[in-house]
Amino acid sequence: MADLLILKQAEEFRKEYFHRNRQAEENRQKETQAAIRIQSWFRACKVRAYLSHLQKKAIIIQKTWRGFAARARVRQMVKAAYFTVKMNFYNEMAVRIQQRWKGFYVRKYVHNFYARKTYLEQILIKNELVRKELDEIWEAQKRENEHLEAVKQQKNKIHQAHQLHYLISTNQLPGVFNSPYRQTPHEMELLLRQVKYQVPASLAHKDTGYPRGIRDSVGVSFSGCLESEGPISTRTWDLRTRLPPIASRNTRQKTKRL
Amino acid sequence: MPMLRSLMLDAVPSIQQMAAVAVGRLADHSHSLAEAVVKEDILPQLVRSLATQNRFYKKAAAFVLRAVAKHSPELSGAVVDCGGVDALVLCLEEFDPEVKEAAAWALGCIARHNASLSHSVLEAGAAPLLVLCLLEPDMALKRIAASTLSDICKHTPELAQTVVDTGAIAHLSQMILSRDVKLKRQVFSALSQISKHSVGLAELVVEAEVFPAAFVSLKDPDEYVRKNVATLMREVAKQTPELSQLIVNCGGLSKVIDYLGESRGQLRLPGIMMLGYVAAHGEGLAMAVILCKGVPQLALCLSEEPEQHMKAAAVWSIGQIGHHTPEHAKAVATAGLLPKLLQLYTDASSSEDLQAKSKKALKSILQKCTYVPALEPLLYDAPSNILKHVVCQFSKVLPHDSKARRLFVTSGGLKKVQEIDAEPGSALQEYINAINSCFPEEIVRYYSPGYSEVLLQRLESYQPA
Repeated sequence: MADLLILKQAEEFRKEYFHRNRQAEENRQKETQAAIRIQSWFRACKVRAYLSHLQKKAIIIQKTWRGFAARARVRQMVKAAYFTVKMNFYNEMAVRIQQRWKGFYVRKYVHNFYARKTYLEQILIKNELVRKELDEIWEAQKRENEHLEAVKQQKNKIHQAHQLHYLISTNQLPGVFNSPYRQTPHEMELLLRQVKYQVPASLAHKDTGYPRGIRDSVGVSFSGCLESEGPISTRTWDLRTRLPPIASRNTRQKTKRL
Repeated sequence: MPMLRSLMLDAVPSIQQMAAVAVGRLADHSHSLAEAVVKEDILPQLVRSLATQNRFYKKAAAFVLRAVAKHSPELSGAVVDCGGVDALVLCLEEFDPEVKEAAAWALGCIARHNASLSHSVLEAGAAPLLVLCLLEPDMALKRIAASTLSDICKHTPELAQTVVDTGAIAHLSQMILSRDVKLKRQVFSALSQISKHSVGLAELVVEAEVFPAAFVSLKDPDEYVRKNVATLMREVAKQTPELSQLIVNCGGLSKVIDYLGESRGQLRLPGIMMLGYVAAHGEGLAMAVILCKGVPQLALCLSEEPEQHMKAAAVWSIGQIGHHTPEHAKAVATAGLLPKLLQLYTDASSSEDLQAKSKKALKSILQKCTYVPALEPLLYDAPSNILKHVVCQFSKVLPHDSKARRLFVTSGGLKKVQEIDAEPGSALQEYINAINSCFPEEIVRYYSPGYSEVLLQRLESYQPA
C-alpha cells in the first residue's frame, strides 16, 4: 500500500508536476509580459528620473550662464548709456558756448552795428569835408579865371590903345578922353599916354605861309578861343613879336611860303 | 567835280591844296555831295599823293577824308577801303601839330560809326600814335586825340582794352586837372567810355586816381563837363559793389546830389542813374545814399522833369533805394513818394516803360514797407494788384502793434478793407482774414458794409417785451 501510495503520490506528483508545469507554462507568457511591463515601466521611471535630473542641472547651468551674460551686457549698456548721456551733455554745453561765441563774433566783426553807424557818420563827415575842399578849390579856380579874364580885358584895352593912339591929347588940344570938364583924365587917356610902339599885329600874321582863312575854317571848332591855353603858346605871331626887330623886318619881305 | 579832280593833279602845289580844300568843303556840306566825291574816285588819288606831298596838302587831304567819312558808316567804309586809314596813320607820325590834328580828327570821324571801323583804325596802329598826340603841348591836338580815343573805345571791350594797353589812362587822368574846358569834356568822355565795358577796365581807371580829382569838375561852369563826369561816375559805380563803395568813401555822393540840385533837364540823367546803381549794390550803400539826402533830391527830380525817360530813371533809382529793408522803405515812404509812384503807374499818359518801372518799384518797396501812415493812403486809390501788397503788409504789421491797430480803425482803414471784395481762396482774401482776426468781431461787423441794413432788419423783427 505504501508503494501504491507512493506511486499514487508519484502519479499525483507527476500529474501535479505536469499540471503545475502546464499552468506555469500557461502563466509564463502572462508573467513574462507582466514582468516585461514592470521592468520597462521601472526602466522608464529610472530614465525619466535621470532625464529630469539632467534637465534640472542643465537648467541651473543655463540659468547661471544667462544671468552672467545678461549682467555683463547690461553693464555694457549702462556704460554706453552713461557715455551717451555725458556726450549729450557736453554737446549741449558746446552748442551753448558756440552760440555765444558766434553771436559775439558776428556782432563784433561781421555785422557790427556800431561800426556801421560810425561808418555812415563818417561818410557824412567825409562828404562835408569833400564839399568844403571842393568849394575852396572851386573858389580858387574861379578867382584865377576872373584874374585871367581881367588880364585879358586889360590886354584888350592896351591893344585898343595901340590902335587909337592918335586920340592922345597934345599940348594944344585936349583929346577925346581928356575933357577939360573932368577933374582927372579918363583911364583911357592914361593908357594912351603909357603905351609904347610895337610891331602891328596884322603884319606878323602873314607868316604861317598858308592862307589864314583856310586854316580857320579847317580847324575852327577845336581851336577854341583866341588865347592859347598851354604854357607854351604855339601861335606863330606871338613867336614873331618876341623875336628881335631884325627878324620881324625880314618877315615883311618874305613871300608866301609854299 | 571832275574839274576839281583834274585840278588836284596840277603841277603847282598851292593849286593842288586849294582844290583839295574845295573838295573837302563840298563833301562837308552834305551827304549826297560826299557820295559824289567818292564816286569820282578822288579818294584813292588823295591817298596816293598823301605820302609824297607837303604838310599843307596833307592837312587838306585829311580834311577831305574827314568830311567824307563823317556822314555815314558806308562812306567811312569807302574811305577805309581805299586805304585812307593807313595814310592817316602816316600823317599822325608827322611833326606838324596841325597835320596831326586833322588826321586824328578824320580817324575819329571814321571810328565813330561802328565797331568794325574802329577795329580797322586800331589795326592800322593808330592807338600808340594817338596816345603820343595826347602828350603834345598843342591844346587842340590834345582835344582831338582825346575825342578820337573816346570814339574808338565806346564800341566794344576789346577795342577799349587795346587802347588801354597803350597806356592811355595815365595820360588822360593827368589831363583831368587842366584848365581847358573842351579838353576836360573829351577826357571825361573817353574815361567813361573806357570804364563802361568791364570791371577790369573800370578798376584800371580808378587806380589811376581819377576820383577825388574828378569831383572838382562836377562844379565846372560848362554843363557838358559836368555831364561827362557824372557819366564816368555812373559807369564806374555800375560795375561792382567795391567800386561803388570806393566812390562813396571818397565823398562822391554829396557832390552828385549837389550836381543834381544844380542842373536841369537831360544833364541830370547820369546823376540819377548813378544814385540808382550805387543803391542797387547793397543795403549799406543804399543807406548811405539815404543819409546823404538822396531821396528828397530824387523826389525833386521826379516832380520837376517832364521827360518820360527821366522820370523812368528816377523811379527806377527810388525803387533800388527802397527795396532793401524796412528802414529804407520807410525813408522812401516818408518822402511822400509812394502816392507819386502810384499816380505815375495809373496815369494813362505815362509811357509803357514808365508804367512798368513804377509798378516794379512800387511793388518792391511795398513788400518791405511797414510804415503804417504811409501805407494808408494807398488803400484808397490803388488798383487790385498793388492793393494785394498793401493789404499783405498791413496783415504783417497789425498783429503786433496795438497803436497801429487803433490808428487803423480810427482812420477808416478797417472800413476800407471790409469794402474790398476779393475772391474767396485768393491771397487777398487770406490777408483780409488775417487783418480781421486782429480785431474783435463786433468791430469787424460794425465796419462791414451793409451792417446798418442788418441792424434795421433786426429792428423791424423785434417785438418789445
